[in-house]
Amino acid sequence: MKLSHLSIKQAKKGLKEKQFSSVDLLNSCFEEIKKRNTNLNVFLTLSEKEATEQAKKADKLIANRQDLPLLGIPIALKDLFSTKGIRTTAASKVLDDYIPPYDATVVKKLKNAGAVIVGKANCDAWAHGSSGENSDFGPTKNPWNEAYIPGGSSSGSAVSVTAGMALAATGTDTGGSIRLPASFTNTVGIKPTYGRVSRYGIIAMASSLDSIGHFTKTVEDSASLLNVTAGKDELDATTPPVEVLDYAKDLNKGVKGLKIGIPKEYFIEGLDKKIKEEIEKAIKFYEKEGAQIIDISLPNTEYAIATYYIIQPAEVSSNLARYDGIRFGNARETFGDEAKRRIMLGTFTLSVGYYDAYYKKAMRVRTLIKQDFDNAFEKVDAIIAPVSPTMPWKLGEKVNDPLKMYLSDVFAAPINLAGIPGLSVPIGFIDGLPVGMQILGPHFSESLLFRIGQHYEINHNWHERNPYGL
Amino acid sequence: MKGIHMGYKTIIGLEVHVELKTDSKMFCSCSADYFGQEPNSHTCPVCLGLPGALPVPNQKAIEWCVKIGLALNCDIPMFSKFDRKNYFYPDLPKGYQISQYDQPFCVNGHITLESGKKIGITRVHMEEDTAKLLHQFENQKSETKNQNYSLIDFNRSGVPLVEIVTEPDFETADEVKEYLQKLQQIVRYLDVSNADMEKGNMRLEPNISLHKITNRQPATGNRLPPYKVEVKNINSFAFVGKAIDYEIKRQAEILEQGETPLQETRGFVEKTSSTVSQRIKEEANDYRYFPEPDIPPVCWTETQILSLKSRMPELPDKKIKRFEKEYSLPKADSLTLTKDRETADYFEEAVSSGKNHNLTAKQVANYLINKKINITEILPAKLIGEIVKSSKTNDVNPEELKEIVRKILKDNPQVTADYKKGKGSVIQFIIGQVMYILRKKIDTEVLRKLILEELK
Repeated sequence: MKLSHLSIKQAKKGLKEKQFSSVDLLNSCFEEIKKRNTNLNVFLTLSEKEATEQAKKADKLIANRQDLPLLGIPIALKDLFSTKGIRTTAASKVLDDYIPPYDATVVKKLKNAGAVIVGKANCDAWAHGSSGENSDFGPTKNPWNEAYIPGGSSSGSAVSVTAGMALAATGTDTGGSIRLPASFTNTVGIKPTYGRVSRYGIIAMASSLDSIGHFTKTVEDSASLLNVTAGKDELDATTPPVEVLDYAKDLNKGVKGLKIGIPKEYFIEGLDKKIKEEIEKAIKFYEKEGAQIIDISLPNTEYAIATYYIIQPAEVSSNLARYDGIRFGNARETFGDEAKRRIMLGTFTLSVGYYDAYYKKAMRVRTLIKQDFDNAFEKVDAIIAPVSPTMPWKLGEKVNDPLKMYLSDVFAAPINLAGIPGLSVPIGFIDGLPVGMQILGPHFSESLLFRIGQHYEINHNWHERNPYGL
Repeated sequence: MKGIHMGYKTIIGLEVHVELKTDSKMFCSCSADYFGQEPNSHTCPVCLGLPGALPVPNQKAIEWCVKIGLALNCDIPMFSKFDRKNYFYPDLPKGYQISQYDQPFCVNGHITLESGKKIGITRVHMEEDTAKLLHQFENQKSETKNQNYSLIDFNRSGVPLVEIVTEPDFETADEVKEYLQKLQQIVRYLDVSNADMEKGNMRLEPNISLHKITNRQPATGNRLPPYKVEVKNINSFAFVGKAIDYEIKRQAEILEQGETPLQETRGFVEKTSSTVSQRIKEEANDYRYFPEPDIPPVCWTETQILSLKSRMPELPDKKIKRFEKEYSLPKADSLTLTKDRETADYFEEAVSSGKNHNLTAKQVANYLINKKINITEILPAKLIGEIVKSSKTNDVNPEELKEIVRKILKDNPQVTADYKKGKGSVIQFIIGQVMYILRKKIDTEVLRKLILEELK
């Protein structure tokens, strides 16, 4: 097996047993990058020099029998994460030549845990999009079929992991931006509870919805990475002082006796029949393994996307105001169409005379959606649902129909409105393209989600497949 | 006829910004002490508004804001939150100011003026200061196209500001001045701001308009004029009155011609003591306020508010009354001694050590006030020593004094006559004469008693 396709767990074992070095591991990633990046358009900036130094340092530490959770592991960062001294663009030409003077809290934590930063991954500009096509630097292609989108907005991050260019990658999920591309690329994507991971230093999309998570090949890797990134941050007032548990501790406890809810509003007409079949297979599996399957209702689901597309652009319009053309060198006309669309939408809904009818009302509906989940979690431990109503679409298919693009978030966005965690786990392939399911739980129930995901993964092993059979 | 100019009633409301003297800024750990510092030396990703940076509110600043509210007799709502006020300006790095919109920390307060009139305080809220713009104008032509440029100093960006908004309750410039002096005194008593207008720690913006007094519509009516004029750039107490008086005259003249003054922002010009138009507000600005998603709402508990209340110092109004009562001082002395907390504390300490030397509070007060003692230069206990010493060294033999007084009365017979007619001021004359003859200062109280005896 090619080194860059190893899981973090496997790589750590290999490093420890001196089967290969961190530099070997990094070189393997760069081989893949050099072979395919021009075509797939995964990275906007590579930090090969810095990465090599970090890998060498890791090898020294390993030689001295030192250990850190991510020592010597190559990781890609969505280009929304501020990296000191390394260009950070948010995939927008507005920040074409911006080099941050500081590291995001998560970047600091990853570095302190020994991770090697490979480079900055492509995404929809400012994380606006579900396909990756809104990047000002061109779309990222889906390596499972290059005619298709890999899902967005964390398009490059997802692809870097499935294509073996990094062992893990960070992402942000405001309305599905981790879970959707994870589902479309055969990777594991975690959207933690809102506030579980610090947002400090990560370019904001919609501040009350942004969740910081990551892509890995396995559920176990996802849990061990969250062990590094989670926790209260003095620099982010929205991170509560909830204790960080060892997320990998309960992984192998199985699902016997767990109550799993199936929300009827997520199995509606617009849902692709084949996706429905795959999800139902997964549900049957859990039932067979001793979980209790319970039909539930989340009655306000139908209002989620309208609510989301009022709150999110309102916050976007304010968050993008700082790019005023004075300090970052590029004027506001440099914004792409989607950013302009959201700035205009948000400015409108926050204006005097419209605020009550739009923003205020949307905030009330948001409370109802939260209550839907609260009520459901009184009856069940977790919920299983599809991530997206459709399979990946072809590049260019929806670019002229923003509304259609927005609707791909229909099953993902309610989770952000409620602030609860969601884990996307691969459940197979349809016509050669990957598909995933999402496992949802109450606030701060990430351990439970990993446990449920792990049980599926070790019995199906979809993660062992990669697009190149390497 | 103050407050009424040619048949118009003046209506003034006030917005005052007070910069808090916390160690760090409102939303980051940068030093808030920007005055006279190297430009852009007190900055970080947060106060520069860099991509990804987040605000974390300064707990002390919030507590101080609530303390100001409590001192101004405000209600403190149990739930409060920050909001974003969105507008573009080069001194505002995020494109929005973090402020408070519909749920400020303090509401419904008042300050009582000496006349007994209450000035209503609508709200007291917390926000952040902006950066400072420095405009450079160079007229000389050179090879490069434009020599005019502006510089931005972000040291002030994010410094905590408390805004205090009054009801339109003022009718004269004097009321405004008195209110401002009281406010400044309170803020300094709380030790939360230097409140120095010249340094920009305290900034004020009066809204001024005039109301025609007619028989049908009494001046006491609640209806406000259809316009108001906001005046900026007033950076000294001395200019407040000038700016307001100029505006009253200007607006009255416009109204006399049957026209309505424009709703606008005007700037005070120090040189001419007048105001000039800066910006005409045809409609209210749309700041697109919405709750700040980066900062969770602030929810107080009863205990927290009680604890803040218990930590409030004694405020000027209360201290003045206590001094009058406890030390049997006349109001004028009480006012002088409570002007600032340091003087008041000094006086009380001095009185306390004066007791051992049988000095009365009044004696200590007199010495402090009449000698214009610099309290930073001499310790209270030492001052008492000085008072004791001064009264001792100037002890003059009472017989000798009596002789002198008798001689003066003999040489100036009209003095006794005047005194008998009820002219008390002659005593001062005699005291002066005695001092002149003795060529040294003596205890005037003793002397006064002696003179009165001789005059009988």
